[in-house]
Amino acid sequence: MAPELGHLAVIVALVLSLAGAGFGLAGAGLGRRRWMRAAVSVTFGQAVFVALGFAVLVWAFLADDFSVAYAAHNSNSLLPWHYKISAVWGAHEGSLLLWTLIMTLWMSAVALWGTRLPPDFLARALGVMGLLNCGFLSFLLLTSNPFERLLPLPPGDGSDLNPLLQDFGLIVHPPMLYTGYVGLAVPFAFAVAALLSGRLDSAWARWSRPWTNVAWAFLTLGIALGSWWAYYELGWGGWWFWDPVENASFMPWLAATALVHSLAVTEKRGAFKSWTLLLALTAFSLSLLGAFIVRSGVLTSVHAFAVDPARGLFILAFLAVVVGGALALFGVRGAAAWSPVRYALLSREAFLLLNNLLLVVALGVVLLGTLYPLAYEAASGGDKISIGPPWFNRFFVPLMMAAAAALGIGPFLGWKRSNLRRLARRLLACFVTASGLAALFGLLLGGSLSWAGGAALVLGLWIAAAHGLDLVRRRRIGGPPPPLAYWGMSLAHLGFAVSLLGVALTHELSVEKDVRMSPGEVANHGGVAFRFDGVVQVAGPNYRAERGLFEIADGERRLQLTPEKRRYVVSGSLMTEAAIDPGFFKDIYVSLGEPLDNGDWAVRVYVKPFVRWIWFGALMMALGGVLAVADKRYRRLRSHSSAVRPVAAGQLSGVKAPV
Amino acid sequence: MHPQRRNRLLGVAFVLVGASAAVTLMLLAANESLNLFYPPAKVVNGEAPVGVGIRAGGMVLEGSVQRAPDSLDVAFTLTDRRGASFKAVYSGILPDLFREGQGILVRGELGADGVFQAVEVLAKHDENYMPPELLPLAAGVADQESRQPIGLE
Repeated sequence: MAPELGHLAVIVALVLSLAGAGFGLAGAGLGRRRWMRAAVSVTFGQAVFVALGFAVLVWAFLADDFSVAYAAHNSNSLLPWHYKISAVWGAHEGSLLLWTLIMTLWMSAVALWGTRLPPDFLARALGVMGLLNCGFLSFLLLTSNPFERLLPLPPGDGSDLNPLLQDFGLIVHPPMLYTGYVGLAVPFAFAVAALLSGRLDSAWARWSRPWTNVAWAFLTLGIALGSWWAYYELGWGGWWFWDPVENASFMPWLAATALVHSLAVTEKRGAFKSWTLLLALTAFSLSLLGAFIVRSGVLTSVHAFAVDPARGLFILAFLAVVVGGALALFGVRGAAAWSPVRYALLSREAFLLLNNLLLVVALGVVLLGTLYPLAYEAASGGDKISIGPPWFNRFFVPLMMAAAAALGIGPFLGWKRSNLRRLARRLLACFVTASGLAALFGLLLGGSLSWAGGAALVLGLWIAAAHGLDLVRRRRIGGPPPPLAYWGMSLAHLGFAVSLLGVALTHELSVEKDVRMSPGEVANHGGVAFRFDGVVQVAGPNYRAERGLFEIADGERRLQLTPEKRRYVVSGSLMTEAAIDPGFFKDIYVSLGEPLDNGDWAVRVYVKPFVRWIWFGALMMALGGVLAVADKRYRRLRSHSSAVRPVAAGQLSGVKAPV
Repeated sequence: MHPQRRNRLLGVAFVLVGASAAVTLMLLAANESLNLFYPPAKVVNGEAPVGVGIRAGGMVLEGSVQRAPDSLDVAFTLTDRRGASFKAVYSGILPDLFREGQGILVRGELGADGVFQAVEVLAKHDENYMPPELLPLAAGVADQESRQPIGLE
C-alpha cells in the first residue's frame, strides 16, 4: 500500500504545483491579493507532499520492499543501511525525485524568507518556480515513476546498487550538486518575475544576490565533491576528465559565477541590467541542459542513467519550452532594462565586465566541446568522435590565466574610475611579492616547473598578495571594519587562488607510476619508498576482497596503506579501492591493478603534491559565497524594501503593474 | 537609421562575426585533436592511418593475452569475429573489466608493422555496458562494410 501512497502524494504535489503556478501568475497579473497569498501556501503544500513521496521511497529501500521495481533494481538486503538511503538517488527515478524535493525546498525557502518582497513579485517568482516544478513532476510521473511495482511476483532480493556508488561520495555529492543546480531556478524565477512585471530597476538584482550566492556555493561544493570522489574512487588518481557529464555541471557553474559578479554591478551601479537578466536565464537553462545530457541517454558514461528515448524527448521539449519562453520574454521586455551608465576603462565595472567576458567565453568553449561530438554523431548518422582533454585545456587554461591576472587587479579598483599612478604602484608591490615568493618556492623545488606552471604559481600568489595588501590598506586608513561581504569576497577569491595553485602544482609535480611488484619488493618514487608485503583475503558485508599490504616510508614517517580489489557478491562486479594517505602538502596513493604470475601484482603508486588544495580552494570559494550572504547589509536592505511595500501594494490595487 | 540603433546593430554584427570566427577556429583545432575510431576491418585493410593518434576496438581474442614475465607489458589481439583482427601492445595496468571475449577500446597509434601501440585501454564500466563504438560489432551488423570510416576527409 505504501508505495501507492507515495505515488499519490507526488500526484497531489503535481496538482498543487499547477495551482501554485496559476495562483501566482494570474494573481499577480490581475492584482488579486488573496490568490497571491494562496500561491505562498500552495508552495509549502508541494514541499510537504513531495517530501512524503520521498519518505515513502526511502522507507521502501530501508524495509527491503523489493516489490518496488526501483528498489529491486538498485538495492539489496545485504547493503549497509546508509547506502540503502543513498541508493534512493543512485539511479534516474529516485534522483529525479530528490531533484523535485530540493526544488520544493528552495521554493519554500523563497516563500519563507521572501515575505518582505513586494507580494506581486513573490507571487510571480513562486508561480514561475511552480511551473518549473510542474514540468519536473510530470517528467517523473509520465516517464520515470519510482513507485512502479513488480507484482504479483516480487523478486526475493534486489540486484544491488552499483558497487561504484557504494561510497560516501554518493551520500553527499548528488544532494549538494542538485541543491546548486536547482537553486539556480531562484535567480531564473526572479529574472522572469522582473521581466513579467516590467519593473527592471536594480531591486530584483538586490533580491537575487543572496539566493544566487547560496545556490552557487552549493554548486561549487557539489562539483568539488564529485571531483574528489572521482579521484579516490575511480582508481586512476585523476580529478577532472572533461567528461561530458562533468561539463554538464561545470557550464551552469561558469554561468552562475559570471552572474554572481554581474549582479554586483547591477545592484551597486545599475549597469549591465539586461546582461544580468540574460545570465540569470542562461544559468538555469544550462542546469536543464545538464539534466538533458545526463538523463536522455545521448551519451554513455559513468554518470549516464538508463537509456529511454521517451525521457530524452520529454526533457528536450521541456528545455525548448523553458529556454524558448524565457528568451522570448527577454527579447520582448529585456531591452527596457538598458540604461546608460558611464564608467572608465580603469574601473571596477570594466574589470567585472572583463571577468564576465572571460567566464562566458570559457563557457562557450566547454559548451562547444561538449555538444560538438553529439552534433557530429547526429549529423553523421551515428559515427562517434571524442574531443579529448588537450583540446579543452588548450583554450580553457589561457582563459583562466587571464581571469587570474585580472583578479589580482580587481581589489584595488573603485567604482567608476581609478587613479592609474596609485594603482600601478600597488600592482608593482604585488607583482614583486608574488614573483619573489614564486622564485623562493621554485628554488625549494629545485627549479622543476615548466613555464606554464611557473606562470600559474606567480598568478596564484599575485591574487593572494593583492587581496592581502588591500586588507592591510583598509586597516591602515582606519574607519569601520570591512563588512562581511568584503571578507566573503576575499575568501572566495583566495579560494580560487588556492585551487589554481593546487591544479598547477599537482599537474607539474605529480609522480604517477604503474609498477610490477613482488612481495617484499621496495619501489622508490617521488621521494617515497613503497614496500609491498603481499596480499591477504578479507570479507566485507557484501563483498570479498584481496587486500594489498603496503609499508610506506616518507622521510621519517612510516605508515601502512591497504588498497583493495573487491568482488561484490550479488552483482559479481569487481571494484578497485585505492588507499590514500591524504596530506596538506602531498597525497600518497596506492591502488592494486591485477594479479600477475608468482604472487606479483600490477600496482599503481602515485605521489600527488598539493592535490588537496584543489578541493580546499573550492571549499573556501563556497564559504566565501555564504559569508557574503550573512552580511547585515542584506538584513538592512530587506527592511528597506519592506518600507517600499506600501507603494508596491498600492500599485497592485491600481489594476496592473506598469509595463 | 537612428544612430543609437545603428550602433547597436554594429555591435551585434561585430559580436556575431567575432563569435563565428572563434567557433570556426576552435572546431578546426578540434578536428586536429579528434580521436577517430576504426573497427578491426579498417585497421587491417589499411584505412587506418599509421603513426597518428586514433582509437580502435574489438573483442579480445580468447587465448591471445600475453603478459611479459618481468614487466607490465601486455599484448593481445582484437577481432571483429568476422575475419579481421590486429595485435595491440600496451604497458601498464588493464582496467578491471578487461577480459578475453570482451569488447574494449584502445587509444594510441598504429605502427608501420601493423601492431597497435596503445597508450590507453578502456573497457566497459559495468556488466551491462558496451562501448557505443562497439555496438555494431556486438550486434553482428551485417552491413558493417557500408559504414564509412569515422573521419573528416
